[in-house]
Amino acid sequence: MPVEIDIDHVALLARIDLTVEERAQLRTQLGAILEHAAKVGEVAAADVTPTATPNPAVNVLRDDVPEPSITHDAAMQNAPAQAGGRFMVPKIAETGS
Amino acid sequence: MTELCDRSGTDLSAGLASGEFTAVDLAESSLARVEAVDDRVGAFLTKTPQIALERADELDVYLSTGAPKPDVAGIPIALKDVLTTNGIRTTCGSKILETYVPPYDCTAWTRLSGAGSVLIGKTNCDEFAMGSSNENSAYGPVHNPWDLDTVPGGSSGGSAAAVAAGEVVWALGTDTGGSVRQPAALTGVVGLKPTYGRISRYGLIAFASSLDTVGTFTRSVRDAAVLLTAIAGRDHRDATSLAAEPGDYLAGIDAGVRGLRVGVIRDAFGEGVQPDVAASVRAAVDRLATLGAEVSEVDLPHAEYALSAYYLIAPSEASSNLARYDGVRYGLREDGDDSIAMMFATRGAGFGPEVKRRIMLGTYALSAGYYEAYYGQAQKVRTLIIQDYASAFAGVDVLVAPTSPTTAFRIGEKADDPMAMYLNDIFTIPANLAGVPAISVPCGLDSAGLPIGLQLTAPALDEATLFRAAAALESDLGLELRPPLLAGV
Repeated sequence: MPVEIDIDHVALLARIDLTVEERAQLRTQLGAILEHAAKVGEVAAADVTPTATPNPAVNVLRDDVPEPSITHDAAMQNAPAQAGGRFMVPKIAETGS
Repeated sequence: MTELCDRSGTDLSAGLASGEFTAVDLAESSLARVEAVDDRVGAFLTKTPQIALERADELDVYLSTGAPKPDVAGIPIALKDVLTTNGIRTTCGSKILETYVPPYDCTAWTRLSGAGSVLIGKTNCDEFAMGSSNENSAYGPVHNPWDLDTVPGGSSGGSAAAVAAGEVVWALGTDTGGSVRQPAALTGVVGLKPTYGRISRYGLIAFASSLDTVGTFTRSVRDAAVLLTAIAGRDHRDATSLAAEPGDYLAGIDAGVRGLRVGVIRDAFGEGVQPDVAASVRAAVDRLATLGAEVSEVDLPHAEYALSAYYLIAPSEASSNLARYDGVRYGLREDGDDSIAMMFATRGAGFGPEVKRRIMLGTYALSAGYYEAYYGQAQKVRTLIIQDYASAFAGVDVLVAPTSPTTAFRIGEKADDPMAMYLNDIFTIPANLAGVPAISVPCGLDSAGLPIGLQLTAPALDEATLFRAAAALESDLGLELRPPLLAGV
């Protein structure tokens, strides 16, 4: 059976504006994809260890020596808006009045 | 007519070293081919002819001093547009990065560039490498040089088509679930996905970090070995790159397959597989047996769950990786009353339908209450698939299956049905989940004259065996693969 999902809630979590048409289409498509994906529940009993990556490297550290990095200007060169060497964004908090 | 750009990288490298022609001659040959066919193929998003000619000229000057020539020096190459190039626009096939100019090179390109490679341009791909047909690019589809009404496969469709059409000698792509091997199969070229971690992912703009692999497109198996040799190896900028020294990929490449234990994946020839694809791959296996390989049938019992696991794991990782496109530091920004509204608007306007679909799918699979049933279970299936490969490789050296269940399909044919599209990758996905290397090598043409690819898979870090088996098959089949598009060029 297709899976019923709360598209509005998921879109909120994903921070994506979706049109009414996109929401309707995604509800149907994701329901069908998840119906297929739910097959993963048919196998893999509780005693199977999950694998996150085929190369489980742990604590890969390099020597604690400074290395050249990109310049401040290079890091800023793609900024949609900037001022004084900082990224500019619309307001992020109410200032009160 | 066959031009310089139609020859193999190995052959061209020898020609450059001997002075038969110059690097500028070769770059001009490649650029002329781009000029002649790319308005019909659409392989490139950004062309770099000036950079190519300058680099070639510098190399000619360098070689005229009698300096030794690196194997990849002077060979025209294209890079999939998810690989960062310092000062050259890198879009990921997305509107959200339409004007993004990276301030750094990916490591694979750093190594090739340092060895004198000549960049012809950046190639079209499915948006953020999500797709199997190249139709998900925000900049339009790529057309398969074998039949311009069909897809070249995806997501590295532009790189595959550029190599097939001789626009470049070889190219890099990326393979997260089959995005090098499947387009290689559909365009009649050799596509290698090495072991996870064999090539640095630094500068590969992330889609699904535990699956993403840089891979190669070439017109010969030997060229794949040469190109891998130039870029493989540990990189301190990618903590998941492997410390093991790369093998000598050329030493045993012509050793043949006598005594090689070849396992044919039993379930890879049934329902959903185009009959002439199954027949062609079986015929190629018969040739391997004739050449002395010991052929048996093997099972990967959990492979049928791989597609389900992949379409939970990859979107989950993507939903996290693509959170960075928020309109703050780079890429598109759409106005909003506050920062949160700006982010919603930016992501709604900047991402295309497939990327939105996968971000939503992954966000759901990771959300409270569903994580264990979806992402958690998928990670367990991943373990079972790794165990399947371990069991199989206890008895055989390489596995064989079709690369893709079908040959190239028509543009638009599967565009409205995500599940049908996802099934393209059914034979390629398991290798990504397990991190093992695999290669697609052409094995024939179907009844419509479209290329068929055969996939070989080996244990982790055993690319040398892949090359040996693939080279034996290539040499035995002796296919003359030249797309009809080039008849009038």
